[in-house]
Amino acid sequence: MPLIELQHLTKQFPTGNGFFTALKDITLSFGEGEFAGLVGPSGSGKTTLLNIIGSLDVPTAGSARVMGQPVGSLTHRQAADLRNHHIGFIFQTYNLLPVYTVYQNVEFALLLQKRNDAQRRTAVCDALEWVGLTDKMHSKPAQLSGGECQRVAIARAMVKRPSIVLADEPSANLDAENSHHILQTMQALNRDLHTTFIFATHDEKVMHYLQRIITLRDGVVENDQWHSPSPHQPPN
Amino acid sequence: MAFSIASPTTKLNAMLSLRLAFRNLMGAGLRTWLNVFVLSVAFVVIVFYNGMLDGWNQQAKADTRAWETGSGQLWHAQYNPFDAYCLEDAHALLPPAYEQSIDEGDITPVLITQATAYRDNRMQNILLKGIAPEQIVVKLPTHLLDDAHEEMPHVIIGKRMAAASHLTVHDTLLIRWRDRHGTFDACQVIVAGIFGSNVPTIDNGQMWMNLTRLQQMTGLSGHATLMIAGPGYQHTPQPGWIFKDDTELLKEFSDIIRAKKWSSSVIYGLLLAIALLAIFDTQVLSIFRRQKEIGTYIALGLTRGHVVGLFTLEGSAQSLLAIIVGTLWGLPLLWALHVNGIAMPGAADEMGLTIGEKIVPVYSFAMVAASIVLVTVSATLVSYLPTRKILHLHPTDALKGKLI
Repeated sequence: MPLIELQHLTKQFPTGNGFFTALKDITLSFGEGEFAGLVGPSGSGKTTLLNIIGSLDVPTAGSARVMGQPVGSLTHRQAADLRNHHIGFIFQTYNLLPVYTVYQNVEFALLLQKRNDAQRRTAVCDALEWVGLTDKMHSKPAQLSGGECQRVAIARAMVKRPSIVLADEPSANLDAENSHHILQTMQALNRDLHTTFIFATHDEKVMHYLQRIITLRDGVVENDQWHSPSPHQPPN
Repeated sequence: MAFSIASPTTKLNAMLSLRLAFRNLMGAGLRTWLNVFVLSVAFVVIVFYNGMLDGWNQQAKADTRAWETGSGQLWHAQYNPFDAYCLEDAHALLPPAYEQSIDEGDITPVLITQATAYRDNRMQNILLKGIAPEQIVVKLPTHLLDDAHEEMPHVIIGKRMAAASHLTVHDTLLIRWRDRHGTFDACQVIVAGIFGSNVPTIDNGQMWMNLTRLQQMTGLSGHATLMIAGPGYQHTPQPGWIFKDDTELLKEFSDIIRAKKWSSSVIYGLLLAIALLAIFDTQVLSIFRRQKEIGTYIALGLTRGHVVGLFTLEGSAQSLLAIIVGTLWGLPLLWALHVNGIAMPGAADEMGLTIGEKIVPVYSFAMVAASIVLVTVSATLVSYLPTRKILHLHPTDALKGKLI
């Protein structure tokens, strides 16, 4: 059974005099441990699809099942539970909580899961070790570089060991070196923890790392291509 | 492989919310502390104002009981303190049922009559009040009225009356009154003492003299207009006499204090409104500036309701901080005022209200608790109002930082 199953999914947004169709009859599925990417130009529907998978939005038609749950009919609380326990988000602009330290940012998701202090401390330290930021745990986001912020975001997404991580243009604000660094980190986590990563990107650097590339154009799947074996080495 | 989301439900309990709210507040830095300081000023002023009025209330009532009303009064049925003309008829023989209480000092009779005082070619209408020199029910220095062996009757007057009439101890003056048949009579009296009391209603325009003398002068032997009861008095109803208890006798003063509390609430209400406006403003700005953060909270697993709760708590947590800050700087100040009292201007004495030279503020637990509730509830309310917008905010728009 796939982790994510999209059947004839359509998403429309109301406009002044009608509807804009962002996604049209999308049928896709994602399994455990995939390292996949939604690629395509701006406005092709990548982020919209990612938002629906992340239960931040609902489809207008068709169905989207994530971890066996129908995203379209979840209550706010159920959707929040799904996100909190099973989905990690990585955003283009990092979206770190500015008044929290690195440690507190990473810890946040665990606070909601009511884990005890010792469990949280271990999990946060592990996550910061994965991304190589143990020495920055008491820094505030404003004191970090862009690459470091994105690594904190990765740690925050991974600390709760989610089944799925959704990364929306994670390298868009980073230089080449930092991009490769965070992609390698995510690739290692995918390999070690079997977490499913789905990227929305139009960055060539990211595409080199992907096992599966789904090309979207005008809200339609234009191409769904697998790269085998998966390129777990950084490209030249 | 089967998947489920039957993991423990995401909870944002009160302690965690409070912890996050305080984290965010501390992170906001100076903005938080400015709001907290203004709110703490409002809190301290509320406690101070109410404490001062409560102190005045307690002090004035205690003084009035001690000097004038005792634990209650028995009035002749026709007696009305606001009608001087009633005095002609508002007296009667003391009922035998009260004799024992009088003898034991539990009640003391007072006879009141109108009179005119003449001194230095001036005349002044006064109330002549007769009271037993040996009484112990009120604090009046009535022992000075023990003039049985003196030719000239003794009178005692209050400091206000002394000032208004330019009288000092040992001064003599002529008083004229009408006896029970309406016949005018007059005699010289000597001022045996001047007492200082915070209660103007036993002072202004009044002279106190020996009850027996006054009864003889007016031909009203054994008569009284009212009786003042001490704490040991057990009331026995008698026809023609009406018992006025403590609450009834002090009702007017209680009404004045209540009115003063309302009027002073306007002042601290304005101050509180300024502080609340600052919190409201901060909340509006906060929601406007922190939309991405709101979106992030939702992405991390909070519902919009949780976020509303979190933002509301952030606002209301300022009131908790304000109470702590207010306690830190306000407690020594309020304590000092409680210990030293607040000196009242001399003119306050002339308002006709019982007011001490100093008012000692009293801070009761109930009053402080009510002030805390007022500050906290109002801060929570103004914090909540702007956050309702979050309920209509779509998470994807919030993540993009789109304007609500």
